Amino acid sequence: MSEEYILKVETIHKRYGNTEVLKGVSFDVKKGETLVFIGPSGTGKSTLLRCINQLTVPEQGRVFLRDEEVTNSGARINYFRQKIGMVFQNFCLFDHLTALRNVEIALIKVRGMKPEEAREKALYELRQVGMEEWAEHYPAELSGGQAQRVSIARALAMDPDVILFDEPTSALDPELTREVLEVMKKLAQEGMTMLVVTHEMGFACNVANRILFMENGKIVEEGSPKELLENRDDSRTKKFIGGLGMGED
Amino acid sequence: MDFISILIDWAPYLLTGVFVTLGLTAAGLGIGVLMGLPMAIGQVYSTGNWWLDKIMKSFIAVFVWFFRGLPILVLLFLFYFGIFPALGMGNLAPFFVGAVVLGLRGAAYQSQIFRGAIQSINEGQMTAARSLGMTKLSAIRTIILPQSFRIALPGWSNEYPNILTDSAVCYAIGVAELLTRSSQIVSQTYEASIYFVCAGVFIVLNYAGMRGLLALENKIAVPGFSGSRDDNQVFL
Repeated sequence: MSEEYILKVETIHKRYGNTEVLKGVSFDVKKGETLVFIGPSGTGKSTLLRCINQLTVPEQGRVFLRDEEVTNSGARINYFRQKIGMVFQNFCLFDHLTALRNVEIALIKVRGMKPEEAREKALYELRQVGMEEWAEHYPAELSGGQAQRVSIARALAMDPDVILFDEPTSALDPELTREVLEVMKKLAQEGMTMLVVTHEMGFACNVANRILFMENGKIVEEGSPKELLENRDDSRTKKFIGGLGMGED
Repeated sequence: MDFISILIDWAPYLLTGVFVTLGLTAAGLGIGVLMGLPMAIGQVYSTGNWWLDKIMKSFIAVFVWFFRGLPILVLLFLFYFGIFPALGMGNLAPFFVGAVVLGLRGAAYQSQIFRGAIQSINEGQMTAARSLGMTKLSAIRTIILPQSFRIALPGWSNEYPNILTDSAVCYAIGVAELLTRSSQIVSQTYEASIYFVCAGVFIVLNYAGMRGLLALENKIAVPGFSGSRDDNQVFL
């Protein structure tokens, strides 16, 4: 069974007050897959990602990483979070630390790596995202695109099994968006398992193995970009994208 | 005897008073940070245990309310004549009582300076730290506190002149600090100009301390995060 999927999400329910944000979401992810979640705002896409690494605790449902349950894992959640990287819309780099320190701090504090070893690994990860030259700069000195690339390096440094991207380019202008998407595309091609919430349809079409369309707390359509965007005329996804004035030609 | 020779004669006596004053101030700032910082953390964060949180947060609230709510002179008399004797420690040195009162009072004020700083930090910092597998405590220690400290420092620096000048109130319970010794010299020599010396020493101590704190502020400044945009020449 373990070869079937690397991450499995079973009937996640999450409510905030009287609003049920997630109404039983299930899916699984194979190693090396890139899943892109799209859909109107407020349909629970970001909440779903946060339920996977338990930054938000769902009322119901279970999450498995390989064969181990992530939900209800108590203190072991800190182990799973190392294996489930996360990249945020507003980067969330540690403001008082240089780019290099941002990447190495969890290696030292969480994984207990020796400082020299952590530094070497952090520099390697910064090189992967083309930010090695900026290692000694502070977050406030970086452009949004640079900051996001550092935050991707920070997630990569923990050697995660999967990385969650929560609207990674929504705070960026088109040019900076492109530089971040290029890094993400490279990761996907290198076989990183990725779950991406985004409004970048170009990325969804070109990089995703599967697109999951969410609406009102549910996955309403699911398939390869080809299936959803080219073959079926009544596809909900296609209508959504058409409404955005993109995609359809 | 003229003023200069009186001053020279009494200089060692006065100098000891300077050290006592500095000792009181150090206690006020030191106990203030050591207690104020954990109190601020306790006010902002929860342990997850309902009863523990309730007890901890109520205790901190009452503590802050008590030490900020009473005049410093009342606190000194209360501890010196009331609380310590009642605890069987009636013969404690006045210096110790003064240091404790300034320290606890400092903790009450400083906890609120640190609380404000901690609360001003974007929630995303904690979220990002947790997403990397840090425990809450480790995230507070390695991410939240270093940032809070930088944000709190300008406001916290204000506590230095506050406590330094407040320490003179310990005169009232007979701590042999700068003011007490000055007034003893005056009563023995009838040379009231000694009070100018006393005032001058306070000003010098104040200035030196503020320069030191400003230097610290600049030393730990992080571009775009803390420290002045220019050269931080706020004081002279």
